[in-house]
This record gives sequence, C-alpha cells and structure tokens, in this order.
Amino acid sequence: MGQQRITRAECAHVAALARLELTEEELDRFTGQLDELLDHVAEVEALDLEALPPTMHALPIANLLRPDTPGEVLDRDEVLAQAPFAEDGQFRVPPVLGEAP
Amino acid sequence: MSDEAQTIPGLGAPADTEWETVVGLEVHAELATATKLFSASPNRFGGEPNTHIDPVSLGLPGSLPVLNEKAVELAIRVGLALNCRIQPSVFARKNYFYPDMPKDFQISQYDQPINVDGWLELPSGKRVGIERAHLEEDTGKTVHIGGGGRIHEAGYSLVDYNRAGVPLIEIVGHPELRSAEEARQYVSELRSILVAVGASDGKMEEGSLRVDCNVSVRPVGSDRLGTRCEIKNVNSLRSLGRAVEYEARRQIDQLTSGQAIEQQTRHWNEDDGRTHALRSKEEDYDYRYFPEPDLLPLNPSTEWVEQIRQALPALPRDRRLRLTAAAPSVDIDHIALAVERSMDELALAAISGGGAAERVMTHIVQNLADGSGQLTSEALAELVGMEQAGELTATQAKKVLAVLVEGGGSPQDAAQTLGFEAMDTGELESLVDSLIAEHAEEWSRFCDGDGKLTGFFVGQVMKATQGRADGKAVTQLLNSRRG
Repeated sequence: MGQQRITRAECAHVAALARLELTEEELDRFTGQLDELLDHVAEVEALDLEALPPTMHALPIANLLRPDTPGEVLDRDEVLAQAPFAEDGQFRVPPVLGEAP
Repeated sequence: MSDEAQTIPGLGAPADTEWETVVGLEVHAELATATKLFSASPNRFGGEPNTHIDPVSLGLPGSLPVLNEKAVELAIRVGLALNCRIQPSVFARKNYFYPDMPKDFQISQYDQPINVDGWLELPSGKRVGIERAHLEEDTGKTVHIGGGGRIHEAGYSLVDYNRAGVPLIEIVGHPELRSAEEARQYVSELRSILVAVGASDGKMEEGSLRVDCNVSVRPVGSDRLGTRCEIKNVNSLRSLGRAVEYEARRQIDQLTSGQAIEQQTRHWNEDDGRTHALRSKEEDYDYRYFPEPDLLPLNPSTEWVEQIRQALPALPRDRRLRLTAAAPSVDIDHIALAVERSMDELALAAISGGGAAERVMTHIVQNLADGSGQLTSEALAELVGMEQAGELTATQAKKVLAVLVEGGGSPQDAAQTLGFEAMDTGELESLVDSLIAEHAEEWSRFCDGDGKLTGFFVGQVMKATQGRADGKAVTQLLNSRRG
C-alpha cells in the first residue's frame, strides 16, 4: 500500500455529511477501504488521457427525453397512509431549524 | 493601518468615503411546462396539497427520472435570449438533508450547465454578464406550525410536495450591477425576457420568480470586491430595491466603524425593512455533488438549437428599439414601461394609424397602468386625433379612455355617451365674458399681469361647464380679451 490518501478524520467528516453513524472499528475499516479505492483512482489518473473525451455516463447514449404530457398522479390518502405522520393532507415532520440549504 | 485593513476594501474608511454597491443576482424561474422536470405529474401553482405527486417526485424506491423535452426547449430559449453558449450538459445530485426534498438530494446541473457565458442588456444600454443559466428541480414547500409561528420555536412542520420536481432555470449573473436601481432593472428586464420567450409567467408574488442577491460594498475606485452577503426572501421588485439599499448601508456602517464584514446568508424581513443573519460561511453546506447516474447526458443537436432560435419572438430590447424608432422624442423609461406592460404593439399600431406618438405614449404610461382591456389601436389613434383637433380636453380624453378600456367601442360614441361635446366657441366666449363681468376685481388684477389669476378664471370656467371646456382654449380667450 502506498501513501495514505484519506485520513480517519476525513472519513469521519464524510460519514457525518451522509448522516452515517460509524463505530470506531467501522471508521478504521472504511478509511482503509476508501484509501484502496483512491489508490485505484490514482492509477487511472496517472495515465495520459489528454486525447480522450471525458465519459459522462456509463451508457453510450444521450438525450433521452419524454414529451411534456401529464400522466397519472398518486392517490394522496394512500400515500399519506404510509407516512409516519400526516395532517391536513400533508406530511408531518419534526420541526426543521432555519431555512432550506 | 493593519494588515487586515489593507486586504479588506474600505475597512476603517473615513466617514466621507464615497462608496460603490456591488450586486450579483441569482434568479430562479419556474418553467412554464405542463408537467414536472423528471415526471408526468402536473406543474401547476396552488392546488390541494400533495395532489400533484408521483413516485419520482416523492423519491420512492425504484422510480426513475426521465427528462422533460419541453423544459429543455424552454431552457434553450432562455439561453439564446440571454446570448449564452448552449453546450452539452450533465445533471448532478446536490445532497442535503431537509424535508423539502423527500429523496434527500436535489437534481441540478453543476459543473456542466446547459447555458453559459451570456449577457443581458438593461434599458440604459449597459450589458450585464450572465455566468450560467442551468436546469434544476424545485423543492417542496414546508410550513412551520406551532411555537408562535417562529421557525426556531416551531412545534413541527408540514410538507406539501406539489412543487417538488417543478422545472426551474437558475440564472446566475456576474456581480456587475452597481446600485439597487440597477438590480431592480436587471430583474425587471430578465422577467420581461422570460415572459416574452414563453419560458415562465414571471410572477414574483406566486414565487415562480425568486431572487437571491449577493451584495458587497467598496470605496469608489477600488478594483477588489468586498466580502459579500447573500440575501434571501426578496419577493418583489420593490423589496429587492429596499433590501439592497439596506444591506449596502449596513455594510458601509460596519466598515466605517472598523468592523470587517462576515460572509453570511441573510434573510430580508419586509416588515422591519432589515436583513437578518441566517448562517455564516463556516456553516455553509457541503453538498457532495456527483453526476446523477439515473439521467443521461444532454447534448442538444445544432439543428434543434437553430430551430428554437428561429422561432424566438421579438425580445424586449428589440421591441424597445422599434418603439423608439416610432416615437423618437419619448423618454426611454416610458418606452421601456410600454414594453414591460406589453403595450408596445398597441402603441406602434396606434402611431402608424395616425395617432400622435407623444400623446399615444402619454396615455399608455399614465392612463393604462391597469391594462388596455378592450381598447383597440384604432380607437386609441382616433382618440388622440380628437384631442389634437380640440374636440376633447385631456381630462375628457382620460375619461373616454376608461370607457374604451372597459367596454371597447369608438371614442366618438363614448364621448357622446359621456356628454363630452366640444364647446361651441360662441358659447365659451359668452361664458368667459359673463365671468369677467362677475369678477371685475380679479379681472383687473389679471390685466395688471397677475399670472395666478389665469388659473382662477380657468377654474371658474371648468366649474361652470363641469369640465367640458378646453383649458388651453380658455387661456387663449382670456389673453385675447385682455388685448
């Protein structure tokens, strides 16, 4: 294994951004796994790819579009029946602090 | 001077410093499609909560987004109208946790937006650079309940996903605006363009056009930008102007008192007329953008883009130029207002139909603020003709106009119904003579050159005729009687 590409603290930060709660043992394990992944990325980065256009998607197609025609909507009562809490035809959620990001 | 003062433009500047406001705007506009950006539920304002929902807009497992062709076309129209380069683009996930997006991310365009490097021209002729205009989906609406309605004390929140997934175009301008008034003009012009190309209804009051403003200040002559604050919740052109004014003043006060500006997001409060800190740069979000694997790249063909370009209607700038050519003596602000009100076609037709340009424009600017209703260009031209021929006074013409707006028809008929027949010259003369006799003292003062008495006599005539007389004709008559 080469130089370390990601620190334990960075891994913890990324986990926190994704709202993942990791144990100390998991943090060690995932830091190691992410490091290996980055090793692989470094191998690709080392290649001379100047002449190649960047790949934007795994599938070699583009421009998949649909016509702007209204379709079926879901039944509100059926949807809300599956939500943990509902009120006045709306989803009821814990209070959110501040504005949307 | 400390090191810090040298790197922050204007920090600790003397009270008599001249300041420049720097504004850059991000405008979100909902696109006027029938359906959402990635799914087929309706894109419609209002409606019962959670009735415009489908598996994609709720982010249900297994659902897949498919891009709306019309939204792409409208985005290209906007890009072309803003002189942008249309380029291959990619959608990205903007990850964050907030209940307004049930899937915990918003699909947007990040490093490869559809439109880049454009510009918009203000009525003054100033060009403002457009960095990008990209596609993204709108979020749901949250309402905070309990705790006296204050967000931070809320008991809980209710969420309506009708708006989630509605197509938006976000137009990011360069910080090249230099005053609250220019910022207002920019949004007004942008709105006119969006409406003209049919991309959006541009209604700020319904939230289909939303503005975030980045404001900073610096001493005049400085070539560096000051620290900026982003202001949210600006819901009308008027509040935009007020918010920018307030924020610039706040920053100037802070800098002159020796305090640096903290980079913040601030919330405009319409009621107290101030901006309030929401969060600082340090709390800024890390959105962990990555390419959206469920959507394919977008690469509109040259043919398609050209086809859209050919079909673009006349833009506000061209319409102003055309109206200016037809009414060269009219102020540019009035020309711009006529275009903004979409009355330029009416004005052009009335002018080419023989109506005097200045008079036509006066009616449009002053008397048609609430729309032209049933008024036709022929009727407007004829009305102006009647005024010019002295058959109607300005006050009468205004009343006739109101009738024509309300119910259409010809100005001749409307004037007759209102009893506005031009006063016979003889009738006017005998009235003036009797008033002179009645007010001998005022008359002699008038004859001695007291100009104020002109108004007195005109007023008397108007009173006696219930406004039927032409003020100009009365003045002429008075002067000729004085000899």
